[in-house]
Parts: sequence; C-alpha cells; structure tokens
Amino acid sequence: MNINDFVNKIAEQYNEPDTFAFSPDTHFKEIEEYSSLTALTIIAMVDDEYGIALRGDEIRGCATIEDLFKIVESKAKT
Amino acid sequence: MAFLHIKNVKISGLAAGVPSTVVDNADLIPENSKYSIDDFVENTGIRSKHFSKVLTTSDLCFNAAERLISDLKWNKNDIGAIVFVSQNPDYLRPATACILQARLKLNKECAAYDIVFGCSGWVYGLCSLSSLMQSGDIKKALLMVGDAKEDHHDLLAGHAGTVTALEYQENNNGMYFHLGTNGDGWNAICIPDGGSRNPFSLRSLESIEIDGHKRCRLNSIMKGMDVFSFGISIAPKSIKSLADHFSFDYQAADYLVLHQANKKMNELIVKKLNFDPLKVPSSMYEFGNTSSSSIPLTIISQLKGKIESRKVKFVCCGFGVGLSWGTVAFAADGIKLSQLVLVDDEQIDEKYIYKI
Repeated sequence: MNINDFVNKIAEQYNEPDTFAFSPDTHFKEIEEYSSLTALTIIAMVDDEYGIALRGDEIRGCATIEDLFKIVESKAKT
Repeated sequence: MAFLHIKNVKISGLAAGVPSTVVDNADLIPENSKYSIDDFVENTGIRSKHFSKVLTTSDLCFNAAERLISDLKWNKNDIGAIVFVSQNPDYLRPATACILQARLKLNKECAAYDIVFGCSGWVYGLCSLSSLMQSGDIKKALLMVGDAKEDHHDLLAGHAGTVTALEYQENNNGMYFHLGTNGDGWNAICIPDGGSRNPFSLRSLESIEIDGHKRCRLNSIMKGMDVFSFGISIAPKSIKSLADHFSFDYQAADYLVLHQANKKMNELIVKKLNFDPLKVPSSMYEFGNTSSSSIPLTIISQLKGKIESRKVKFVCCGFGVGLSWGTVAFAADGIKLSQLVLVDDEQIDEKYIYKI
C-alpha cells in the first residue's frame, strides 16, 4: 500500500484535481468543493480499491489525506 | 443463519401507486449548496420524485390494490391475508392493514397485520406472508409495501405504495430467502421523536441543521456515510451467501433488482458481484428512493411489457434502516404487471380520516 497512489486516488474524487496540488498533508475536507457527496465517493473508492469499509466517524476524525491513509492501512492489516 | 426456502407460493402480480405530482430536485437544492443539481444527479442518480403532502402510503397501496385485483380478475372474497409494510402508518394505532381491509371491502375472514420496515421491507414482507401461505390454508393474499409522507425537503425520498399478489400453487418451487440484521446500526437512520423513547414535545419542532439541510427531530435523520458503507458491503455478501447456501448461480438470473438508494452504491454492488449492468434495472432517476417499495416499483416501471409472457429469474436485495437486509430469489412465470397508478390528492377517503 503506497501513500502516493492513495493521494492520487483521493485527488481523482475531486472534479478538478489538476488545479490543486494534492499531497499527504492536504486537508482534503477543507478543499472548496468537498461536500457530503465527495465523502461518499471516497468511501466507494476505498472499498473498491482496497476492500476496506470506512465509517463516517473515521472520515470525520481525520484532517489530512495521510490521516485517512493510516486508517485504511491499519484496517487492511486486521 | 436465516436462510429459508418457502415452497408452493408464487408472485402472481405487481402494482404500484405514486402521487401524480412530480417534484424536480433542481428546485429543492439549497441556494448555498456546495453542489449543483448535475453533481447531485451524477452522484446519487436521483433527479425527481413523486410527492404528495396529502396522500398516505395506504392511499397509494389502496389504489394500486384495486387495479391489481381487477387486472388479475380476483374475487375479493378469496383474499385470506393482507400485510402492510411501512414506516408511515396512517395512525399510531390501529394497524393500517385493518383500515385497508375495510377500505378494500375484503372478507372479514382475512388476517391483517403491519410490519414496520423500510429498505429491506419488501423482502421481509414477502417472506412473512409467503410463510403464512405455504401450507395451502390461505390461497390468495396481498402484500402492500411502501412509504409516503417523508418530508418535502428530503432530496432523496420519493413516495410510492406497491402491492404484490401472492398465490398458493402446489409444486411451485417458491422463493429462496436470506434475512439479516445488524442492530448496532439502529441509529444510522432514525426519526428521534414521536415514539415512546422521545415522545412528541415542543423540542421536536426546533430546527436543526444536518449537512446544510434544515431538519427537525420528527424527520428521518441519516448517517449517510455509514449507510453507504454498509450497503456496498452487505448487499453483495447477502446475495452471494444465498446463492452459495442453495447452490445456484446468481449470475444466471435474468434480472438483479437492488434497493434504490443511490446510483454509486448500486454500481459498486453490481461490480463486486460481476453482474451484467444491463440486467440491473433502476427507477431512482424518476422516483427517488422509495424505501420498501423500491424493488417492486423498479420491476413495474422498468420491466412492464418485457417479462409478462415468459419465465424470468429474479434476484432482489433490499438493505438499509435497521440496519437490516434481505435477499430473495424467485422465478416469475407469466407475472401480471399493472400499469403504474397515478393517484391524485383528491383520492383520499374522508371515511378513514378520524374525527372526534
């Protein structure tokens, strides 16, 4: 599981990923276009790509893409 | 392990009633919303819905039932049971099924009861009623399923009331069920006030903001992310486990009909099942999320004219509020699909409005 791949996959969930430089430190929920719909597409992507089911409180509890990556990584191990 | 094979009962016909008024979600999205109507439709799959401030679920079911009984040329005196599945009863008491027995002028020798269920409700109702019939003591019965009266500002919920006609038929292979529950998610979709836990009070009417939408404690409040995550995980599991348990190939089904909550959710479920998307009909664009009626409404609105004259294998899965899920597999042979019934606000019956 690679953090750079994960960052790219999160970026793809936004309508205009090219206009914004995504990195592990990106506060993905503070990006202007982030909404409850974006959260659903992120849950769908993580389920589809990693086979991991994210809960709402897990998304609410993280700020950066790296925070989210750590959750996915830890759930992948269990 | 709630796997059941109920024999000797078949689905003879389906009908659905919806309010004649259509509401376009473009008119409902709040001005300060972060997403446009196009974003909303792209992500949810829901553009419009049929809606009425007046009609109840039972009004929609009643009109659909009259149509179906007439189309099937049934004698009302032969109907031995009716089950009403809804989260929107006409009154907190009595059971709405009793009101429908009277309004439909059915025989008094008729069992009638309600089941409180949402998204998984059609499958649960089908299992409950067909279980009652498999001995052959009740030859004909009606399952009435749906939800109306959800709040107007809910962009997702549409109104519908459906009727499923069930008939005893010896040696019919019947239906295969898988039913499941995860009550830890009881608060993922909840109307907090109005029941015994939090009786109606002035606080029930106070405005609260959920995801930018104005709601109150009498509205259905959903943890959307949790429900989404639940749906994409449980539906494929349930369908696969039913097929494994009874050793059939779900991919050989002619149609997979999923609860209509969200387009992305269903696309993922279909992908996980490696099922042909062309054999997965959808009604949510026009009708929204119609709760327990979504599966029969999808069959009626999308397959009418395509399946009535042949034998068709269905796998259907409902999942959501509870959290609860149910999958059913059955073959429909010459099923009657009634024309969609559009119900006007005037089609309420004063006789069943309580007056002191």
